[in-house]
Amino acid sequence: MEKSVYLDNNATTKVDLEVVESMMKFFKDEYGNPSSLYTLGQNARSAVEDARKRVAVVLNCEPRDVFFTGSGTESDNIAVKGVARRYKNKGNHIITSAIEHHAVLKSVEHLSKEGFTYDTAKVGKDGIVDVDHLKSLIKPETILISIMYANNETGAIQPIEEIGKIAKERGIYFHTDAVQGAGKLTLDVKKLNVDMLSLSGHKFHAPKGIGILYKRTGINPIPLFHGGHHELAVRPSTENVPYIVGVAKALEIAYRDIDEHRAKQTMLKERLKAGIMRNIGNILLNTPDNSVFNTLNVSFVGIEGESILFSLDEFGIAVSTGSACTSGSLEASHVIMAMGRDHTTSHGSVRFSLSKYTTEEEIDYTIDKVKSVVEKIRKISPYK
Amino acid sequence: MYSQTVMDHFRNPHNVGKMENPSGVGKVGNPQCGDEMIIYKKKKKKKKKKKKKKKKKKGAAIASSSMTTDLIKGKTIEEALALSNKEVADKLGGLPPVKMHCSVLAEDGIKMAIEDYRKREEEKKNEQKI
Repeated sequence: MEKSVYLDNNATTKVDLEVVESMMKFFKDEYGNPSSLYTLGQNARSAVEDARKRVAVVLNCEPRDVFFTGSGTESDNIAVKGVARRYKNKGNHIITSAIEHHAVLKSVEHLSKEGFTYDTAKVGKDGIVDVDHLKSLIKPETILISIMYANNETGAIQPIEEIGKIAKERGIYFHTDAVQGAGKLTLDVKKLNVDMLSLSGHKFHAPKGIGILYKRTGINPIPLFHGGHHELAVRPSTENVPYIVGVAKALEIAYRDIDEHRAKQTMLKERLKAGIMRNIGNILLNTPDNSVFNTLNVSFVGIEGESILFSLDEFGIAVSTGSACTSGSLEASHVIMAMGRDHTTSHGSVRFSLSKYTTEEEIDYTIDKVKSVVEKIRKISPYK
Repeated sequence: MYSQTVMDHFRNPHNVGKMENPSGVGKVGNPQCGDEMIIYKKKKKKKKKKKKKKKKKKGAAIASSSMTTDLIKGKTIEEALALSNKEVADKLGGLPPVKMHCSVLAEDGIKMAIEDYRKREEEKKNEQKI
């Protein structure tokens, strides 16, 4: 039997069958446009508004503050570009971090062509944002801070509550890209002190192509698209009814069963970590203790992540690497490099990301294969 | 992403290992992109007998050095110098554009090994004169 062990859940996840089930009716029977006034349309409208309410429960916010978008990237772009452009009369300075997802980093970079300036907060060796450094970057012109909740490569949890408090005291808008926090950490926006928060459905067992943006009432980002009145014109275009129903369902399931997921995945992650540390020498952990329970990032010193990736693929194991080439560029991961690691270490980094479907047997099989693959590749490496 | 030939060479790379008493060594690499290889050359009479290499790294670099060493084994120095990275990539059934530099690395390694060999020969001659 062909084995398949999927340990790349920070890249994307398998859609939960319960989620698929909840969506089917809206493809087959209730296919109306929510803006239509007859019954078929109004049934779709009810489904969308019901989904909005369910998401609002998880986020501890008003349903009117929940917006459905096309992706996490889109949510990030609306939050960052939309808010900066709307409030540029108040100031033109933005703060982000060195380890953000490109959806935020490239948005901020783009804004610098429109007269904005920005600074990036450093992270420590543990991959966690240095709050004191961030504070020192704040200027009178700072209007927006955008810091991710949990890092996609290392799983490091960022001090969002604390940064949110700092931003609030100074009247600076605060956005968090919470894409990797969904289903793993609380998304209570009041507790987190955030003004805006982005989510991506396919990271928590909903389909690809659906995102969520929370924005506090009173903040009015300039939309990326212009069109109809949908989503209060923050994100015009006919609502993607089945996906909206699906993403709400997936979020609900993620938090309904979160205790169970946390217990099981924490145990499996520790097992994987211990197994790798026991069996393989000369490694470096890139994941700090304060991290999401599904992510483990390890550097196998002296060899390259891509070789490990392809070799594990031969055994049906899917992982990802912070090495150059997977991203199509030749630079090592900006996240691992920001932690002060050298190029060699960054190129040897491998990320294992678990999900609720990961089993103990899969973890044991993976430990075994990682061991033999690393040994084999190290044999042909000139690195000493 | 990679051709079948690349994957075959990646799985079972040829001419791997450290060579004892090489007549020339070429060490090339770019730690920023994560590739490094050492090419060893051994001279046998007028012909270059064998190339061996040790390398770290990604699929394309491993496959390129494997193919390159296959191609130049038993060739004369002039023939080896004439080998281009494009030929290596073509023999591998092509490389993705972002990985072409891996084949350049192998070509550079060969040239450097030959240069090293010539330098050593030169030094030997000078020693004899003295």
